[in-house]
Amino acid sequence: MISQIFVLSLRGDNIVFRDYRGDVPKGSAEIFFRKVKFWKEDEEEAPPVFNLDGVNYFHVKVAGLLFVSTTRVNVSPSLVLELLQRIVRVTKDYLGVLNEDSLRKNFVLVYELLDEVIDFGYVQTTSTELLKSYVFNEPIVVDAARLPSLGPAAMFMQGTKKMPGTAVTKSVVANEPGGRKREEIFVDIIEKISVTFSSSGYILTSEIDGTIQMKSYLTGNPEIRLALNEDLSIGRDGRSIYDYSSSAGGGAVILDDCNFHESVHLDSFDIDRTLNLVPPDGEFPVMNYRMTQEFKPPFRINALIEEAGSFRAEVTLKIRADFSSNITANTILVQMPVPSYTNRVSFELEPGAVGNTTDFREANKRIEWGLKKIVGGSEHTLRAKLTFSQEPHANLMKEAGPVSMTFTIPMYNASRLQVKYLQIAKKSKTYNPYRWVRYVTQANSYVARI
Amino acid sequence: MAPPVHTQRSPSPSQPSGKGEVSDLKMQLRQLAGSRAPGTDDSKRELFKKVILSMTIGIDVSSLFSEMVMCSATSDIVLKKMCYLYVGNYAKGNPELALLTINFLQKDCRDQDPMIRGLALRCLCSLRLANLVEYLVGPLGSGLKDNNSYVRMVAAIGVLKLYHISAATCVDADFPSMLKTLMLNDPDAQVVANCLSALQEIWSLEAGTSEEASREREALLSKPVIYYLLNRIKEFSEWAQCLVLDLVAKYIPSDSNEIFDIMNLLEDRLQHANGAVVLATIKGFLHLTLSMTDVHQQVYERIKAPLLTLVSSGSQEQSYALLSHLHLLVMRAPMLFSLDYKHFYCQYNEPSYVKKLKLEMLTAVANESNTYEIVTELCEYAANVDVPIARESIRAVGKIALQQYDVNAIVDRLLQFLEMEKDYVTAETLVLVKDLLRKYPQWSHDCIAVVGNISSKNVQEPKAKAALIWMLGEYSQDMLDAPYILESLIDNWDDEHSAEVRLHLLTAILKCFFKRPPETQKALGAVLAAGLADSHQDVHDRALFYYRLLQYNVSVAERVVNPPKQAVSVFPDTQSSEIRDRIFDEFNSLSVIYQKPSYMFTDKEHRGSFEFSEDLGSLSVGVESADNISPAQRVEASDNDLLLSTSEEEESRGPSNNGSAYSAPIYDGSSISVVASQTQSEPTFQNRAFPAYALQSNLAIDDLLGLGPQVAPAPAPAPSPPPLNLNARPVLDPSTFQRKWRQVSASLSQEGVITSEGTAALMTPQVLLRHMQGHSIHCIASGGQPPNFKFFFYAQKAEEPVAFYLVECLINTSSAKAQIEIKAEDQSTIHAFSVVFQSALSTFGYQNLGESLV
Repeated sequence: MISQIFVLSLRGDNIVFRDYRGDVPKGSAEIFFRKVKFWKEDEEEAPPVFNLDGVNYFHVKVAGLLFVSTTRVNVSPSLVLELLQRIVRVTKDYLGVLNEDSLRKNFVLVYELLDEVIDFGYVQTTSTELLKSYVFNEPIVVDAARLPSLGPAAMFMQGTKKMPGTAVTKSVVANEPGGRKREEIFVDIIEKISVTFSSSGYILTSEIDGTIQMKSYLTGNPEIRLALNEDLSIGRDGRSIYDYSSSAGGGAVILDDCNFHESVHLDSFDIDRTLNLVPPDGEFPVMNYRMTQEFKPPFRINALIEEAGSFRAEVTLKIRADFSSNITANTILVQMPVPSYTNRVSFELEPGAVGNTTDFREANKRIEWGLKKIVGGSEHTLRAKLTFSQEPHANLMKEAGPVSMTFTIPMYNASRLQVKYLQIAKKSKTYNPYRWVRYVTQANSYVARI
Repeated sequence: MAPPVHTQRSPSPSQPSGKGEVSDLKMQLRQLAGSRAPGTDDSKRELFKKVILSMTIGIDVSSLFSEMVMCSATSDIVLKKMCYLYVGNYAKGNPELALLTINFLQKDCRDQDPMIRGLALRCLCSLRLANLVEYLVGPLGSGLKDNNSYVRMVAAIGVLKLYHISAATCVDADFPSMLKTLMLNDPDAQVVANCLSALQEIWSLEAGTSEEASREREALLSKPVIYYLLNRIKEFSEWAQCLVLDLVAKYIPSDSNEIFDIMNLLEDRLQHANGAVVLATIKGFLHLTLSMTDVHQQVYERIKAPLLTLVSSGSQEQSYALLSHLHLLVMRAPMLFSLDYKHFYCQYNEPSYVKKLKLEMLTAVANESNTYEIVTELCEYAANVDVPIARESIRAVGKIALQQYDVNAIVDRLLQFLEMEKDYVTAETLVLVKDLLRKYPQWSHDCIAVVGNISSKNVQEPKAKAALIWMLGEYSQDMLDAPYILESLIDNWDDEHSAEVRLHLLTAILKCFFKRPPETQKALGAVLAAGLADSHQDVHDRALFYYRLLQYNVSVAERVVNPPKQAVSVFPDTQSSEIRDRIFDEFNSLSVIYQKPSYMFTDKEHRGSFEFSEDLGSLSVGVESADNISPAQRVEASDNDLLLSTSEEEESRGPSNNGSAYSAPIYDGSSISVVASQTQSEPTFQNRAFPAYALQSNLAIDDLLGLGPQVAPAPAPAPSPPPLNLNARPVLDPSTFQRKWRQVSASLSQEGVITSEGTAALMTPQVLLRHMQGHSIHCIASGGQPPNFKFFFYAQKAEEPVAFYLVECLINTSSAKAQIEIKAEDQSTIHAFSVVFQSALSTFGYQNLGESLV
C-alpha cells in the first residue's frame, strides 16, 4: 500500500505531489529531501530505501529528478522500486523526453497518469497501452535537440548519423508535425560489460549484462517475430560458471540466464530461438540476459607507475582498441587514482593526438584522460609526470590505481548475440514500416589493476 | 543541524508565489464560471493548471473551493479531472463546501460514459468525509454492478475507502460479501485483484473484533480461493500477480503433491522481467518447501540464476532491493553459494550500500576452496580510495580469518596491511590482529614481531589504540620495548580523550608489571596515580581497585588481572538466530532491507496479520510458516544431496528449459491422520500438463528431519486416533490464549520421553510446529534455547460445542524429557484430545510415562 508518490527536482522543489491514503504527513517531501541531502557523513549516498519515524521512503533518481514513494506498511521493496521505475518509463513514453523542464510543462498530465496508475495505494496498471484510454491531456513536447541528452537513447545520437536520433525521443501519443504517425519500430541490443584485469593483464572476472529493448510506434499492434542466433544456448549446466576453457574461441553464444517481458511468447523459442510478441506501446525490455562466457574485451589497458627521481613518479597509460577498424568507440574516459601526496601533474600526449583532454582532479587525487573517439585497432598513450609533497612509500603500486574506463561503442556487441531478423505480421502489401535494429556496448565496470 | 532546504520559499520564476496570486486566481475563476463564450474551456484549463500548480508546491488554495466547484460544470474531461483532483485534496478541510460537489458527482456517477462514471465515483469516495458517507452507498452499490469493468475496478477500491471513512456503514451495506462474490466471479482480472486487496484489508482490520471476519480472512487462504486465483494467474497484471503470490506463500497445502502442483504452475514466473514478481514467487517456493529439506535446497539452486540476472539488469535501486534478498539467502545457506563468489565482487562504480552487502556475502561464502581468491580480492579493496569500503574490506578479511581453520596466509596478508602505512588501514588491522590473537594465540610470535614495529604515535583511533595497548600488555614478555612504550603513553594521559584507551592502559601496565616488575614499577606508580585522579568514574574505580588489590596481595592480584586465558573459540553473532528467522519469514518485505523484523520499525496498526505479541514476552509467535533450519545444519546434513540434486536436475531438464524438477521426498506426516476432513469439493488445476515434473517417491532420500514413520518407536503402539475432529484453521490471538489459559481450570498434565532421533529433529523447533499444524494443532508461541524449549499450542474442536484446547509443552532435548499440560474448555473431551496430541507427537518418538488430571 503506497501512501504518496511525488517527484522532486534536484533542488527539492515539488513538481508533482500525489497523496493516496492520507496517513503520511504532508511535509514528507521536505523531510525526505533534507534526509537525502544530508545523509550520514561516512556514506556518500542515501540508500534507495530508508525508514524515518515509521515512514518508509523509496526513491529512484532518473534524469535529474527524484521519484519518491512513501508508505507506513511493510511492503515489498522491489515492488515499490520497480513501480517507481515503471512510472518513470510511462511518463517518458508520454513526454518523449523526460527531464525537469518537460515534467514541469506536463505536470497535469503526470497527475492524470498517477491517478490511473495507483488507486488508494494499490497499483492498477502501468501499461502505456492501457493508460492511453484513460489519459486525455495532450503532452506538450519539449525540443529534444536543445536539451542535453539523457538515458540509453542518448548513445544513439552521437556518431552514427544513419540513426534518426530524435525518433526515440518522441512521445507515443503525440503526432508528428505532418499529422500522420510514422510507422516504425526500434530494437536496441544494449550491452553493459564489466571486466576486471589483474595487474598482469589477465582477465579476473568478466560479465555482460544485456537487454533487448523495444520501442514500437506501429499502429494496430501487429505481431512481431524476432529471431536470435540459432546456436544460442541458455544455462551452463552444472559447470562452474567461470569455467572459461570450455567455451573459449568462438562457437555458440551461451547465456547464463535470461528473463522476458510478459508479452513474449516462448512457444518456438526452444526450437528455433525466435520470440513472438505483440509489442505494447512504449518502451520496454523484451529480454534481459546475463553472460559470463569468455569474450574478447574491446580494450586492453596497460598502466605503469614508476619512480622518477625523488618526489617524482611517472605514469604511463596505454589503451589499445581490440576491435575492427570500421567501428569507432566514443566518449571514452580513463581515470586513475594517484598517491594521495601528489600535488602536481603534467601530462604529455602523443604527437598529433586530437580530441584528447587531460585533467588532474586535485580534490580526489585522480588523473582523468578523455578521448572523443577511438577507432578500432588503434593504440593511444598518455604520460603523466607526478610531483609529490613527500617521499613516496616503498610500494608505489599500492598507492595508485586501479585504472577504470568508461566508453560507448555503437554497432558493436561483445556477446555476439544477434537479432537475425525482425518480422512484422503484414497487414497489406504496402505496409512496410521502418525497422531499426541497433547494437551498442557500454562499459559498466571496466577496471585494470596495477 | 542541517540548514533548511529551499522548497516553496524560493519558487522558480514560473511558479506562483503566494497570496496575491491566489486572490487573483479567485477573481479570474469567478469571471469564467458563468461564461459560455467559445474558448472558455481553454482558459479554464490554464487557470485550473495554475491552481493545481500552487497546490503542488504547497500554497494553500483551499479558499478557491467554491469557485472551483462553480467552474466544474463542464463536459471537458481534462477539466473534470483537474477539478476532481482539487476537490479530493481540499474536501477534508471544507466539509460544508464539499457538500456542494456531491450533486454534480452523483450526476456524473450516472453518466453515459463509463469513464466519467468511474472518475466521479473515485472522486466521490476520495472525499474522506464522515458526513457524506450516506451519499456513497448508492453509487458504490451500482458501481459494483456496473457493466463496465473500469467502474467496477473503481468501485471495489471505493468500498475500501468507505470502510476507512466509516467501517460500520460499509459493513452494514453488506459490501464485503458483495466484494467476495465479485472476486470469485468477475471476468476482469483487475476487478478481482482490487476486490482481493480491499477484502484483505477490511477483514484484517475487522478480525480483531469479529470472529466472522477472522474466519473470512482465513478463507482467503483456503484451497478453493487459492486455486481459483492460481488458475487465473496469467490474466492478472504483474502487480496483481504479486498480490496473489503473496497469498500463496501463506497457504498451507495439504500434501506434497499439492506443493509440487503449485510450484510447477508458478515455475515460469521465475523468468519474469519484473523483480517483484520473481521475489514473490521465490517467497512462495521457499515457504511451501520449508518442511522438505532437499526440495528447499533445490529451490535455492533454482532461484540463483534468475536473481543474479535481475540484480544486474535493473537500475541501481532495483539491484539493491534484490541484492538484499540474495544477501539474506546467502547468509542462510552460504555453502550453496560458495561457487558463485565472483558475483559478489565489488565494482568500482557501485554505491557503498551495495558494496557493503557484497562484502558481507563474500565473508559468508568463504570456505577452504575459495578463501585464497576472496582474500586476494578483498586486499585489493583495502587499498581502495573509498575509505569506508577499504575499512569494511579489512574487517571482512579479519572475519574470514576468524571463521577459517587455515589462517596462515591470511595472517600474512593482515601483517602486510600494517606495512601500507595508511592510518585507517593500520587502525582496522590492529583491531583485527587483536581478535585473531584471542582466537589463535599460537600466532602471537609472528604478529608481535610486526606489531612491535608500529609507532604508537601513528595510531590515533581509540579502538585501534586500545587494541595495541592490549597487545603490549598481553605480550609484554615478548616485546622488548613494551614497558617503555606503555610508559610513554602514560605521559600523554591527560591528552587521551577516550576512557576506553585509559582503561586498557591501566590493565596493560598491570599485566606488564607482573611479567617485568623492575622495568614497570615506575610506570605502575604513575598510572595508578593518574588513574586515581581521573575524572571518569570507571577509570577511577578501576585504578582504585587495582591499587587495593596490589596492597592486599600481589599474587592474588596477578590471578585476578592476568589469569591464564583460554582461546576464544567463537565470537558471538551480532544477530540472534530468532531474529534472522523472523526476517526470513518476512521475505520480500522491508524487513530484509533493514535487516530487522517488522515489529522493530512499523507501528502496531500497520502490521500484517500474524504478528509479534508483546504480551507473551520473550517468546516468539509460532508463525504459520517458519523455517528454523539453521544454514550450517542444513548444509551439513545434506552434503550428499548437493550431488544428488544436481544430477537429478540434469536428468529431468529439457534441452533448454532452465526449469528444474521439484521431486518429492517422503514427508509422511500423515501416517496418523487426524486432520479435519476436507469438506469442500476438491478444486484442481486446469493445466496439469507438466510432464517434466513427475512426483518422485524417492525413498532413498534420507529423512533428514526424522519425520518419517521409521522414527516412531516400534514398541510403543501409537495410540489409535480417537473420533475427535479438529478445526483445521482455528483462530486465536495471543491475548485470548493467555486469558483462556488463566480461566480454564480443567487440565491434564503428563510427562514423557522422546527418542534421540526425535530430539535431534527438535533442534529446529519449526519442524515440530509444521508437523503439528498438519494435525490441526497450531502453535501460538514458542521459545527457549537448546536444550530447553517451550511451546504453546492450541486447537479447536470442529463439532459443536466448539471448544478450544490449550497446551503448554516443555521439552528438554538433552534429557529427552517432555512435560505437557493440556487445558480444555470442554472437559469431557480432554482425554480424547490428549490422545490426539500424543499421537501427533509420537512421530518424534514421544512416549507417555504417566499423567494426572486436575
